[in-house]
Order: sequence, then C-alpha cells, then structure tokens
Amino acid sequence: MTNAIEVRAVEKKFGNVHIIRDLNLTIGQGERHAIIGPNGAGKSTTFNLISGHITPTSGEIDLNGQRISGLRPFEINRRGLSRSFQVTNVFAKMTVWENIRCAVLWATGHRYAFWKNVDSLPEVRQRTAEILEDIHLTHRRDVPAGLLTYAEQRELEIGITIAGGASVIMLDEPTAGMSNTETDRAVALIRRLTEGRTLVIVEHDMSVVFGLADRISVLVYGNIIASGTPEEIRGNPKVKEAYLGEEDH
Amino acid sequence: MTDLTSRAPSPTDSAPARNVGFYAAWGIFIVAVLVLPLIFRSGGSHTTFSLIGIAAIFALSYNILLGQTGLLSFGHAVYYGLGGFLAVHGMNAIAAHGLPVPLPFVPLIGGFAGLVFAIIIGWVSTQRAGTVFAMISLGIGELVASSSLILRSFFGGEAGITTNRTDLPALFGWNFGPQIQVYYLIGFWLIISAIAMYALTRTPLGRMCNAVRDNPERVQFIGYDPHVVRYLSFCFAGFFAGIAGALAAINFEIANAAYLGAVQSGVVLFATFIGGVGYFFGPVLGAVVVTMLQLELSDVTSVWQLYFGIIFIGIVMFAPGGLTSLLMMHRPLLRAGTLPMVLPAYLIALVPTLLFACGVILAIEILAVYSQGGSGSGTIHLFRIPFDLASPMTWLIAAVLTIGGFYVARMTWRGVTDAWDRAMTVARERGYHA
Amino acid sequence: MLELIVISTLNGVLFGMLLFLLSSGLTVIFSMMGVLNFAHASFYMLGAFFGYQLTRWIGFWPALVLAPLLVGAIGMAVERYGLRQTHKHGHVAELLLTFGLAFAIEQVVQMIWGKLPMDYRVPALLDFPAFTIFSTNYPAYKMFMLLVSVVIFIALLIVLKRTRVGLIVQAALTHPNMVAHLGHNVGRVFMMVFGVGTALAAIAGVIAGPALVTQADMAALLGPILFVVIVVGGLGSLPGAFFASLLIGLVQTFAVSVNGSLASLFGPLDPSIGPSLLTDVWNVTIAQIAPILPYVLLVLMLIVRPMGLMGTRET
Repeated sequence: MTNAIEVRAVEKKFGNVHIIRDLNLTIGQGERHAIIGPNGAGKSTTFNLISGHITPTSGEIDLNGQRISGLRPFEINRRGLSRSFQVTNVFAKMTVWENIRCAVLWATGHRYAFWKNVDSLPEVRQRTAEILEDIHLTHRRDVPAGLLTYAEQRELEIGITIAGGASVIMLDEPTAGMSNTETDRAVALIRRLTEGRTLVIVEHDMSVVFGLADRISVLVYGNIIASGTPEEIRGNPKVKEAYLGEEDH
Repeated sequence: MTDLTSRAPSPTDSAPARNVGFYAAWGIFIVAVLVLPLIFRSGGSHTTFSLIGIAAIFALSYNILLGQTGLLSFGHAVYYGLGGFLAVHGMNAIAAHGLPVPLPFVPLIGGFAGLVFAIIIGWVSTQRAGTVFAMISLGIGELVASSSLILRSFFGGEAGITTNRTDLPALFGWNFGPQIQVYYLIGFWLIISAIAMYALTRTPLGRMCNAVRDNPERVQFIGYDPHVVRYLSFCFAGFFAGIAGALAAINFEIANAAYLGAVQSGVVLFATFIGGVGYFFGPVLGAVVVTMLQLELSDVTSVWQLYFGIIFIGIVMFAPGGLTSLLMMHRPLLRAGTLPMVLPAYLIALVPTLLFACGVILAIEILAVYSQGGSGSGTIHLFRIPFDLASPMTWLIAAVLTIGGFYVARMTWRGVTDAWDRAMTVARERGYHA
Repeated sequence: MLELIVISTLNGVLFGMLLFLLSSGLTVIFSMMGVLNFAHASFYMLGAFFGYQLTRWIGFWPALVLAPLLVGAIGMAVERYGLRQTHKHGHVAELLLTFGLAFAIEQVVQMIWGKLPMDYRVPALLDFPAFTIFSTNYPAYKMFMLLVSVVIFIALLIVLKRTRVGLIVQAALTHPNMVAHLGHNVGRVFMMVFGVGTALAAIAGVIAGPALVTQADMAALLGPILFVVIVVGGLGSLPGAFFASLLIGLVQTFAVSVNGSLASLFGPLDPSIGPSLLTDVWNVTIAQIAPILPYVLLVLMLIVRPMGLMGTRET
C-alpha cells in the first residue's frame, strides 16, 4: 500500500535563507501524524509546501503515490488533500451554510456549473447539512461567518477542510487560542471527523498531540530530527535535548 | 474585498420558502418596466425610460464583476461598445442582404460580440484581482478606445457608423420606428437579462464568485482555481454588456468611439456604485438615479458633472454600500417598529444639511459664473431666488451657509447616530438583527 | 537620421524623467498605504495650472516653489480628511475615492480655467536655444526641465538612502506588512508621504506646463500612461518604475518621430481591395499608433512577465 504522503529531500529557500533543508517525511495511510517543534522550526512552511501554497526549491512530494510537488493548491486539493489554516481563513461575509456548501461543491462534481440552481442540488444540501450537524453549527447556519465566536470559527474552519471528503486532512494548530473545554470539544470533533482518513496536524498543545497522534515527527530548524510513536518520541534523547529541553527554559 | 461588496443577497438553501420581499421586489420591477411608459406617455419620457433600461442592463452586468466577484473594472465599456458596433454592422448586413432576422434578435449579436472579446481579453486580465486587475482593465480600455480611432473602416473614425433600425424585417407588425416600440424592446431585454443575471448568482459558479470575492486564497484549498472563476464571471459580464451596447446602438441608430471610451466606463462604475453593489437591484436604482441626473442636472447647471463627482465622493466616503444599503439599513427598524425613534433626529439634521448643501451649490455656481464670465457681474438664480454676483452679500451668504451649515450639520448628525443606536438596540431586543 | 536619434533620445529621456517624477510618488504611496492614487495625474495637472496662474501673478520662479507646496498641502488634506476616513472600507473604496477625486478635480479645473489650452510661456530667462545640433535648436528650457528632474531624482535617492523617513519608506517597499508596526505616528508618516508624492507630481506639472500643453484634459491623457508605467515596472518597485518610465518615454518619443507604415515599407496595397481593416492596418503610420504603444507594451508584459519588469510580489 502506498503511503499517504511522502516528502523526499525537500528544500525551501527564500532568497538566501534556508527555511527547510533536506526534509524527509513519510505518513502512512490512515495515520494520525502530528508535527511538533519549537517556534520558527518550519512547521507551517512544511504545511504550505505539502499543500502547494508555496513550491519547494528542490525535492519531491507524493500524495497517495502521485507526484504533487509543483502543482497548484487546487490541483492538490482535487487529488484528495485538504488543509486548514492557523489564522482563521473562512468566507467572512458569507453565511455558515454557504461556507460549507462552497467547500462541498467541487467534490460533488458541480465545479463551475452555471446552468444548475445551487439550491436544488439534493446531494449538496444533504452533505452540507450533515457537516453542519457534525461541527455543531446547525443552529448558526444563517449567521455570516465573520460574526461567529472564535471557537465557532475554528470549528467552521475544520468543517470547510473536511467538507470536500479529502482522504488526507491537514490541520494547522486547530486548537490554538481555545480554552480547555473548547480544546477538549475540538479534539473530540477532530477524532470523530477524521475517522478512516489520514490526519496530519501541527499543534503546540502537547496534551492534544499525545492524545490524538499515532505517530509524531519533530521538526527543528527545517529538519526532521525524530519520527516515531508517542512513546518513542517521549523517550528520544535528541528530542528532549533539542525541543522538550527548550520548553523548560 | 471589503465591506462595500459584502451584503450580497445570500439566502441559504431555502429555495421553496423565498420570502415575500423577494417576490415583491421582482413583481414591482417587472410591473414598473411594463406599465410606466403607459402612465408617462410623452415622447421625452419614453426616451428617458429607454436610456434607463439600457443603463440598467449595463450596470447589472458591471455588478457581476464588482459586486459578485469583487473585480473593479475601469474598462467595462469595451464590451458594451464592441457589442454596439457589431450590432450596427449586423443590422446593416441584415438590411443589405435582406436576411430574415427581425430587430429583437439583434441584441444577441451584441451579446455574443461582448462574449467573444471577453473570452479573448479576459484570460490575461483576470489572472490577478484587486489593483492589478483594475489597472489592466484601464489599460485595455485605453488600447481599444485608441485603436478604434485608427481602424476607421470598422469603427467609422470620429463620426461612427450609422444604421437604420426600420430597415430590418418587421415582427408582428412592429417596425420599431416609434420610440415606444424601441422602449418595449429594451424593456423585454431588461427583464430577460435581469432574470438571467439573477439566476447566475444562484448557480454553483455564482456562489463561487462570492467566495472568490471574499477570500480568493481559501478558494484554492477547496478545489477551485480563482482565476477560472474570475474569468467565467468576466465572460458573463462581457456578454450582458454587449447586449446593453447593442440596445444602445438600436436606440440611437449609431455606434461611435464614445461607446467604448473611458467616460462610458466611468459612468457605469458611478451608476453601479451609487446604486449599491451589495444588493441585486442596487445597480438598477443607480442606473435610474445617474441617468436622471445626467438628463436633468445638465439642463439646470453648466457644471453638473462636478456635482456628479461630489455625489460620488460623498457616497464612497459616507455610504460605501450605496443608496440601496442606506435604504436596507432601515429594514430591521421598520420590522421592529422602532423607525419612529430616528425620524425626529433625521428631521432635525435635515435642515442644516440642506442649508450646507445650498451653501456649497451657491459657492460653486458663483465661482463658475465668475471664472467663466470673467467680469464678475450679473445674477444667478438658485431655486428661483436671484443672487447678485457683484454684491459681497452673495459671497457672504454662501460662506455662512457653507461653514455654518457644516458645523451645525455635524452636531445634528451626532444626534442621528445616538437615536439610531437606541432604535437599533430596541430592535435587537425584539429579535430583529439585519 | 542621426539627428533624429539624438533629439528623440533627449526628448525621450526628458519625458521619461517627468514620468518618473510622477511614478515614484505613486509607487511609494502605493507601497506604504496600499492605495493606488488614481488622482495622481490630477495633482500633476493642478501643479501645471497653479504654476500658470502663479506665474502670471508673481512670476515663474516663485511659482515653481509655491505651486508644489500648495498642491502638497491639498494632497495632505486629501489623505487626512478623505483617505483616512475611507480606509476602514478597504482598498477598493480608497481607489474609488481617488477615482472620484480625479473626476472632480478635472471638473473644477475646467470650471475655473475653461477647456482651452493656457498660454503658459517659458520664462524669458530660459527662452533661448541651449545648443544647436545638426541644424536643430534645442531649447534651453528643456535642458532646465531635465536638470530639475535629475536633481530631484538625486535628492530622492539621498533621502531614501540616508534619512530615517527614507529607511521607513524602503522598509515599506520590501515588507509592506511592517508599515502597520510603525507605531503611533503612522498617520503622520502617511500624510507626509502623500503630501510629498503629490508635491513631486506638482513639480512635474509646473515645469512641464510651458513645454507641453496645459489643458483641463492633461490628467486624463497622462493618467493611464502612468498606470502602465507602474504595472510594467512592477507594482511597488522604485527601480522598476524608473526603468519603465524611461522605456515608455523613449518608446513614445521615437514612435511619434518615425513616419513609417507598412505601406511606405512595402508599397500600397492593390487598390481594388477597397477600404477594409487590412488597408487600415497597412496604411497606419507608426506615429499614429504612438498613443497605443504603452498599452500594447502593457499587454505584452502581462503575457510574458505578469509581475512586471522588476516586480517581486503579488498584489
């Protein structure tokens, strides 16, 4: 079985600055994989590289065995990878319902159709309603997304990310800025919604990471210094020194 | 984009349960188009209605770009003008070869001309949105307008190309000689185009246009290429602009370089924006207001275009949602029954505001006469009140009205804001939000 | 032929430097404030008309100083009371405000000075031929224009490289997002930048007025070319604006002075073809297409290199 994501020898330079050097990362099908690392380690850049937001200077990235490095974000999305953003990135002036529905349209095959009434597409309505139910926002469906509370916007962000039915879901700090109860709720939500899919997550909150992930990769200065199960990572002296040690300072 | 393109009508999936307001708006629109020329029967009003109808289609097509997709174009007249020229050439060819095509089908020629040019030009110009798109549209507008003066055999140089609409085959005994028949031709296409353009907003593409307007970056991560969305939107806008241009060519029986120029592009931007980009019918209201201003103001004052510019600046600064959003702001108050709470404040603010406006108008008019006449003597009439230009009193009155009116108006508008907040709070308590 | 080349190069560089006086201000304003000032050419026009009026009242030299100051003050007022108010509605509203302003300024100028060209004369002090080259007298006033624009160009360079404000502007050019972190005086910096930018445009207007035509449509004629310059140069790039200004200045000047057409090159078409698009294209002279060349350049640039000559960033 091919891996969900394979990153081989990827390098990213901005001008003369190496943000990522020789990045290698393998994520198996159905895995819940967390990427952790100190600030500025290049976690968000890694996300941006995989999702096509920026293109690698060199190296290769495969998604389910297909080459995706160099493709545009929407091409990668159509091949089954969907990501969320660290800073909430929704359609602020459209309603919650419309936000989700837009995310459903491509996957249901309606693409750029200008001959169909969007309100009378049964599968679109059904799927949108299901996802709203899943993210507990049905009661807020007619509210413009910009007027939601922060936690609700984060949930909507997750909803938009999973709505297209992608097989690989990448979440960039989904619980950042949330209270403890909100975080617990979000973790339960993520666990349920990514059932049967591959999940890649960047997260600062270690309780979330160790509670959610099957495997963890540690990124320091653009390099994966360790990759393994939560127990292995906990016990890894290199990680302790380079990352967990730093937390104590 | 920004607040000003935000309040697009976006009813959710409640297709079967459209509210009463929706049907009322369309009902009023269609009845008005059909009945108004029967009430105002003079030839002059039929001409006015025809111009408004053309401007309304053109402004609605412009709002596909600005309001729906967030694309600010300074060169939309290119597609209007090319539609007009192709229609004129088409009409002349139909007449010359005796083809069996009646006049009501001619706007399709214009529409397809607009579409074809939008297909060619749009791919390059919609690659980016925002300021770059605006600049490119301006550059291409200038390019086409200047080229039209070089390619004389097609565009007819300064004089333009003329045609005769009555040379085409009659339809049901209508030869479209009388203005009223032309008006109904325009009205027919206005209703058809408006319905088609509204329907477009309710399609997957139409919804994605709004998504691209709000957040083009995110759109890429739900499978869509924002460039393609903008491009398709651009093509539709070009098509309907072409229809409007063809109707203008039919109405005036001429197409000339002014059709594609910067002024025409500016007027449609003014109309759409003054009407309001956030509501579907906003541009229609804008077309009515701007066409009336063009016709009426130019009779009253020689510097009418200056007022035009001032009105536009005022709208941009103080009501960026346009006239429709000013009106629609009052909907929750009306529903909650708290509208009477703000009316007194409005009436109080109205007096100094009007005085301020009069002061500005007086100042502009005496300045206009003074600098054009040079001598500084004579009288001008403002609301039938004569003002002697030579008298320092006139200058004093203008200054006092302008400055005094401004300060008093500013004070009273604070009262309006307070009253508004109170009324809105009560409305919210009663459960009416927006 | 050599004469033509020398004179056209001189004129082209001159026109290019004038364009740069405008496009540099426009670029800096755009980079710092995110506003594309549609009315920039209108401030140039105001400079020309103020220059003309003040020259009649108090003479050319005081006008050269006073007119840009006046226009700069108007520019600052526009920033303070117009743009700052509109900022909360976003960049499109700001762009539209300057669009409305351009329209209103043209109407005001037309109202006060009328539609006819002004009799704005070269000052007597400079009204002599600077040198004669191949029997053509090159006017001293044009050399003066060139001198003024080069001096301002150098002054700008020094300000940008050596002063604190220059550093802020430079930082804003490369990292537009950091402008927000300038702190409490950001409003004043914006106002100043806008004032200086419009004053530069006005200087161009005052010195170009006597040489070119001072007329109410001069802003509408120059404005679109200005936008071509900054798009071709790459939005937000000062060196790009400089090279694009020179490029367009030279291209336009040379095109106007060349009288060739396809017909003159290959002979007229068979007269039996009659008037058609083909004969139009065949007979048109390069001088006739000079006005559209900047726009052709714009379209070509967009196809070949959408970022512009030296642009680095997407909008």
